[in-house]
Amino acid sequence: MTGRHGTPPDPGAPAPPDGGRSGTRTVRAPRTARPRTPGRGVPLPLLAPALLGLAFLLVPLLALLLRAPWRSLPEQLTSPEVWQALRLSLVCATAATVLSLVIGVPLAWLLARTDFPGRGLVRALVTLPLVLPPVVGGVALLLALGRNGVVGQWLDAWFGITLPFTTTGVVLAETFVAMPFLVISVEGTLRAADPRYEEAATTLGASRFTAFRRVTLPLIAPGIAAGSVLAWARALGEFGATITFAGNFPGRTQTMPLAVYLALQNDPAAAIALSLVLLAVSIAVLAGLRDRWMRTV
Amino acid sequence: MPKNPGKRPGPTGTAPGPAAEGLDARLVVDRGTFRLDIALTAAPGDVVALLGPNGAGKTTALRALAGLTPLTAGHLRLDGAELHRTPPESRPIGVVFQDYLLFPHLTALDNVAFGPRCRGTGKAEARAQAAEWLDRMGLAEHAGAKPRRLSGGQAQRVALARALATHPRLLLLDEPLAALDARTRLEVRARLRRHLAAFEAVAVLVTHDPLDAMVLADRLVVVEQGRIVQEGTPSDIARHPRTEYIAQLVGLNLYRGQADGHTVRLDAGPTVSTTEDLSGPAFVAFPPGAVTLYRDRPTGSSARNLWRCEIAGLEPHGDQVRAELTGELPLAADLTTVAAAELDLHPGAPVWATVKAAQTHAYPA
Amino acid sequence: MPRSAHRLQSALRTAGAGAAVLLALSGCSASGSSASGTGEDGPSGTVTVFAAASLTESFTTLGERFEKEHPGTEVTFNFGGSDTLAAGISGGAPADVFAAASTGTMKLVTDEGHTAGSPSTFVRNRLEIATLPGNPHGIGSLKDLTAPGLKVVLCDSTVPCGSAARTALTAAGVELTPVSYEQDVRSALTKVELKEADAAVVYRTDVRAAGDKVEGVEFPESAEAVNDYPIARLESAPNPTAAKAFVALVKSPEGRKVLTGAGFLAP
Repeated sequence: MTGRHGTPPDPGAPAPPDGGRSGTRTVRAPRTARPRTPGRGVPLPLLAPALLGLAFLLVPLLALLLRAPWRSLPEQLTSPEVWQALRLSLVCATAATVLSLVIGVPLAWLLARTDFPGRGLVRALVTLPLVLPPVVGGVALLLALGRNGVVGQWLDAWFGITLPFTTTGVVLAETFVAMPFLVISVEGTLRAADPRYEEAATTLGASRFTAFRRVTLPLIAPGIAAGSVLAWARALGEFGATITFAGNFPGRTQTMPLAVYLALQNDPAAAIALSLVLLAVSIAVLAGLRDRWMRTV
Repeated sequence: MPKNPGKRPGPTGTAPGPAAEGLDARLVVDRGTFRLDIALTAAPGDVVALLGPNGAGKTTALRALAGLTPLTAGHLRLDGAELHRTPPESRPIGVVFQDYLLFPHLTALDNVAFGPRCRGTGKAEARAQAAEWLDRMGLAEHAGAKPRRLSGGQAQRVALARALATHPRLLLLDEPLAALDARTRLEVRARLRRHLAAFEAVAVLVTHDPLDAMVLADRLVVVEQGRIVQEGTPSDIARHPRTEYIAQLVGLNLYRGQADGHTVRLDAGPTVSTTEDLSGPAFVAFPPGAVTLYRDRPTGSSARNLWRCEIAGLEPHGDQVRAELTGELPLAADLTTVAAAELDLHPGAPVWATVKAAQTHAYPA
Repeated sequence: MPRSAHRLQSALRTAGAGAAVLLALSGCSASGSSASGTGEDGPSGTVTVFAAASLTESFTTLGERFEKEHPGTEVTFNFGGSDTLAAGISGGAPADVFAAASTGTMKLVTDEGHTAGSPSTFVRNRLEIATLPGNPHGIGSLKDLTAPGLKVVLCDSTVPCGSAARTALTAAGVELTPVSYEQDVRSALTKVELKEADAAVVYRTDVRAAGDKVEGVEFPESAEAVNDYPIARLESAPNPTAAKAFVALVKSPEGRKVLTGAGFLAP
């Protein structure tokens, strides 16, 4: 967090990397111990790779901005397909995050708070979608939930539900890929949280579920928030599992990443424009969340 | 007082009726190499302290009473009701945890209202009750504060109010004063003593501090290595320690031996003259302050208890110096700083130690 | 920028050729023995071929034959979407041969002056309808794909099989709403193989490659959307001799046999 407002630059330090807040420059408090003075005492073996890492992440984004077709951008952005894809992306990523919360938080609790045979194995399995290529995840979903899938054929036969090529399919594909982020994050927070608070609640007459709902959940809210943001961001950018499981149809299953990929085939300028929209929206949402919600925790 | 001394085996000893008021428990918990096996009984209004060194099983006993650790064997009856298989949330038991475990996201008021809410009281009513409890604890103005803004003593009182707000028939306190600094401890101890004295049901507290135990409890149960080694009133235990641990806690030199008239032959070798007239296995105890040290063998001394020792260590003890001695009889002796200087005491120095028979105390083992 | 890179590459190539000449002059007979058999400089070394994904099976076979016919050579393939490959060549990827799935894509490369000589069409491909094995829905024409409840997938119009399908549908006067516009022909076919879709409009060669997992249905309008596959050597080819030989093999009767065996049509 950048809570560095009003910290005067250390007199002995080189020019602060944030460009020097000239307003605070005149205030100097020599000889005061400042544990978090920027730029001071950062060893070069750490500083150089750190800056390289920063550049590595930022230069591609910068290139995207530099090579963006600014002149044709207004035209690109007024096309209804763009907004359709963007709307679908936001709706699906949010739905996938909610679904991940509903089934992922209890799963994280189970992994962190109970002991059952094979728990280590289950944990490893939960993280599997993290390493699985998303396209393979999409194929796996087809094999499981497709019209002809292991579970899907019964969904089709009993309820007439088919999931591939539907918006629900997009949400499921994104959930499959994004939920592990939430589970891992929440499980870590749960492990760090003191389980004795739950015991204290129990001795006050709370059932284990009430203890979870009224004590544990508020305690791990920061971890849940962080996990949700991770999962949401992952779902928003999801491509492989989505296109494999849910296909690509404008307005129904064509999310932004799919639109970007297909535009890239014959119109790179359009692809860049779409990417910029996605980038801007996700930055706006994440910044907004941090201001309103993450800071209070 | 419905005393149930000794261990009552048999898981379903049925003796309800009027005598069943209060706590009647035998707690057996197996944990790998450690085994806790203690029997506890107490009448309503009793305050029992479980006293023992770290790792003795006190906290395990407390958790077993609360239902947080399952019993391997034994029974737990409270006011005649068998609670052995009752889940913790349904036991009429309140717990004040060692570091209080106030819910950090709730205000003091909502912390106290938590119990009544969980037991079915409406929100407004629960909060009204909680406000009343906080008022009784002198914390009315802190009702809206989050736990991190409370001092240690205040947090302890909120924890006590939270535990009492469910009207428990058994109140458990785990090291209730351990988290406090020495200054607040004195005041909080006195306050806690008043609240415990006013509590009409059974209270069991766990502590490793003998002073806390003696000030707060009517009865002490000393636990070592999972077993009860001694129980009784604080004064009884202070006067008649039966283990080295208790003797150290209450500050006495303690020896075991065979009594024959006014003489006790100690298992360690030497004999001690006492004023009591006993026979058979006995304990002899005397305070470190009763010991007098000499550099040369005293000739005119009337003391018949005279041992040749050597200084093993010296350390300040209050405004005095405590000398740890080895030799014929290992013992602790207190002497003034001036005396220590005049005797030129240092580790390794040979000394003669004497104790008057009138200052020893012998009792059957 | 592309021109200067270009210049640099030809400079490098010249240098490479110079080195080869030097080696030959120094009488390195051990490595030159195979070449001396034909009397002139035969192909040797590595030849890098960029080819459309639909050529994967047949070109792999041809590559093995090439290596056998010309000992000391090694054929490296880069199979992918034609557009992606073209972008790579424009970006300076060191390729000797480019075989595209559409003349339009090849034109992009030619227009930038990356090809040596003019490209020539070596095979053609046409569309077929891939249906479930046994064709349970009795699909016989593009019109049948509009039957209610039938799940049909097409390629996205940004990829060649998608634009070809669109041309054919327009020619047939059929208005078709698929359940999905797939990213490439393989994923369209996969949907039918996994029985998630009932039919897909894909290339004949893909139907052939899928074996008995799908059944192909020909339709007359596919004649309106025939894909020409052009092949060309590249101007900046690191190994022009081998490139020439490989293109010759592809266009030879032997090469044509392999390709038509995979379902391609002779040009």
